[in-house]
Amino acid sequence: MSTTVHASARSGSGARGPASPVRWLRRNAVVLVGCAALAYLLVPNLVVLLFSFNKPAGRFNYAWRTFSTDAWTDPCGVADMCGSLGLSLQIAVLATLIATAFGTFAAFALARYRFRGKSTTNALIFLPMAMPEVVMGASLGTLFLNTRVQFGFVTILIAHVMFCLSFVVVAVKARVMSMDPRLEEAARDLYAGPFQTFWRVTLPLAAPGIAAGAMLSFALSFDDFIITQFNAGPSTVTFPMFVWGAAQRGVPVQVNVIGSAMFVLALAIVLGGQLAANRRKKS
Amino acid sequence: MTAVAPLSSSGPAPSGAAPGGEQDPDAAVTDSGGGRARRGLTPYWLLLPAGLWLAVFFVAPLFYQASTSVQSGSLEEGFRVTWQFSNYTDALGTYGTHFVRSFGYAAVATALCLLIGYPLAYMIAVRAGRWRNLLLVLVIAPFFTSFLIRTLAWKTILSDGGPVVSVLSSLHILDVTSWLGLTGGERVLATPLAVVCGLTYNFLPFMILPLYSSLERIDTSLLEAARDLYAKPATTFRKVTFPLSLPGVVAGTLLTFIPASGDYINAQLLGSPNEQMVGNAIQKQFLNVLDYPTAAAMSFILMALILIMVSVYMRKAGTEELV
Repeated sequence: MSTTVHASARSGSGARGPASPVRWLRRNAVVLVGCAALAYLLVPNLVVLLFSFNKPAGRFNYAWRTFSTDAWTDPCGVADMCGSLGLSLQIAVLATLIATAFGTFAAFALARYRFRGKSTTNALIFLPMAMPEVVMGASLGTLFLNTRVQFGFVTILIAHVMFCLSFVVVAVKARVMSMDPRLEEAARDLYAGPFQTFWRVTLPLAAPGIAAGAMLSFALSFDDFIITQFNAGPSTVTFPMFVWGAAQRGVPVQVNVIGSAMFVLALAIVLGGQLAANRRKKS
Repeated sequence: MTAVAPLSSSGPAPSGAAPGGEQDPDAAVTDSGGGRARRGLTPYWLLLPAGLWLAVFFVAPLFYQASTSVQSGSLEEGFRVTWQFSNYTDALGTYGTHFVRSFGYAAVATALCLLIGYPLAYMIAVRAGRWRNLLLVLVIAPFFTSFLIRTLAWKTILSDGGPVVSVLSSLHILDVTSWLGLTGGERVLATPLAVVCGLTYNFLPFMILPLYSSLERIDTSLLEAARDLYAKPATTFRKVTFPLSLPGVVAGTLLTFIPASGDYINAQLLGSPNEQMVGNAIQKQFLNVLDYPTAAAMSFILMALILIMVSVYMRKAGTEELV
C-alpha cells in the first residue's frame, strides 16, 4: 500500500517539472521534520548511553569528564540499586501475570457477550486510562491509609495490577473482536468440544493480543513511578524510586549502565525478532 | 491503549469498525453462536476478578478521597469528616497558579507534540515503505530505558553553557524566549521552557502511535482520487488526509494532555520552584506535609477539571469510540 503511494507520488511530481532544491525541500519536508522528531526522541537515550562511560567529578553525572568503563565492570557497585532492580522485576512479573489473566477474562466477556451493565463496565475499564496518575496514586494511598493497611510490596502490587488491567483489556478485546467467528464454528462443526475449541482455536488466535497486553503491562509496571511513590513503604524502593532518590542526592553512573543495558538488550531482541520474521516471510 | 493500536491493527482488522462498530460484531457473534445460548452468568463470572479489582482499588479509593477532602483535624489527633468545604477554596486560593500552570504547560506540550508528531507519524505511515516497522520500533525504543533516567539526560542536554544552550543563544532564540517569559538569561534549565520541553519529549510517543494507526488506515485510493480531481497536495491534506486522521488526533491529544497535566516529574527534575505544577503540590502535601485533606481536595479538583475538559473536547471532536 505504501509503495504504491510512493511510486505514484514520484511520478506525479516528476510530471510537474524538473527537480529544483526548493521543490525537493518541499516534497521532502515531511521526511526532514520526521527525522528531526525521531532525533528528539532518541537523543536522550544516546546521551544516557554515552554518559554510562563517564567518570564524573562529583556525585552528579551531568557533565562529561573522562572515558571510563568502571561502571560497566561493576554495575551493582552502588548500594541498594540492584536490590531495587530485583524488586521492580518481581513486582512487574507478578503484576503482569495477574493483570493479563484477569484482563483477558474481562476482554472475552466484553467482546463475546451481551449483558446488562456492559456500558458501565466499559466505562469502568476506560476511566483509569483517562485519569492522571497522581489522582489514582493519591486516592489509592488514601484508601490504604484509611483502612490502616501497611504500605509495602503488596500495596505496590495491588496498585500496579489496577492500572495495568485496563490496558490488557483493551489489547485483548481489540484482538478478539477482529477474530473470525467462523473459525470457531468450523471447529464446533467438526465435533470439537467447547474446551477443545477454546484451547486449540480461540486461544491461539487471541494469543497476539494477550502477548501485547502482557508486554504492555510489564513495561508499564516496571517503569511506573508516580503511583508507586504514593503506595510504597519505606523499605520497598523500586528502581524508578531509586533513580528519583538518586536525582536528589547524586546520580551514580551505574544508573546509566542499567538504562543503557536495558535499551540495547530490548532493541536487539525486537530488531532480531523483526529480522527473523522478515526472513520467514521471504522464504 | 496507544502501543496496542498498531499491533492489533496488523491482524485481519474489520475495515468497517467505524463508530458504533462495537455493536455489530457483537450481534454477529450472538446470532451465529451455533444455537448456543450466549447469555446467562458466564460474562459476569469472567468479569468478576477484574471488575472487583477495579471496584475496590480504583472506584472505592475515589470515594475515600472525596470523604478525606472534606475532613479536618491534624495528624496527631486524627482527621474527621466535618464537611469542611473550605479545604477546596483554600487549595484553590493557595495553589490556583499551580493549576493554571499545569494546564498551560500541558496545553503547550500537547500542541508541540501534535506539531512534531504529525509529520513523523505521516512519514512512517505513508512514506516509509519497507522501513516502516523499523521506524515504529525506533518510536517506542525510548521506552526501553526508564523514563526517569531519560528525563535526567535532559539535564545534560540543556546544561548551562552546553551545546544546545550556546546554539540557541547564538541564534538569538533565547532572547525571544526570555522576552516571552519562557527562559531567563543565558540558561534553559530551571525555566518553563525546560519543563515544556521535557513534557513534550516524555509524551510524544503517545501522540505518534494513535496518529500513525489512523493515518495508516486511510484508503490511499481516496488520496489518488483527490489528485485526479486536480487537488493540490496541500488541499488534499486539508480536505482528505487530516479529517480522516481526526480520530488519531483526538486520541493522541487526550493521551498527551491528561498525563502531562498531572505530571510532576518534569517540573521537579527540570524546573525550579517557580515551575511547580499541581502534581508537585499534591505530592508534597500527601508525602511530606501529610496534610491529606488538602491533597485530596486538590486531587479531586484536578480530576473534575480534566473530566470536564475531556468530555467537552470529545463532544466537540465528535468521536465517542476511542478505546
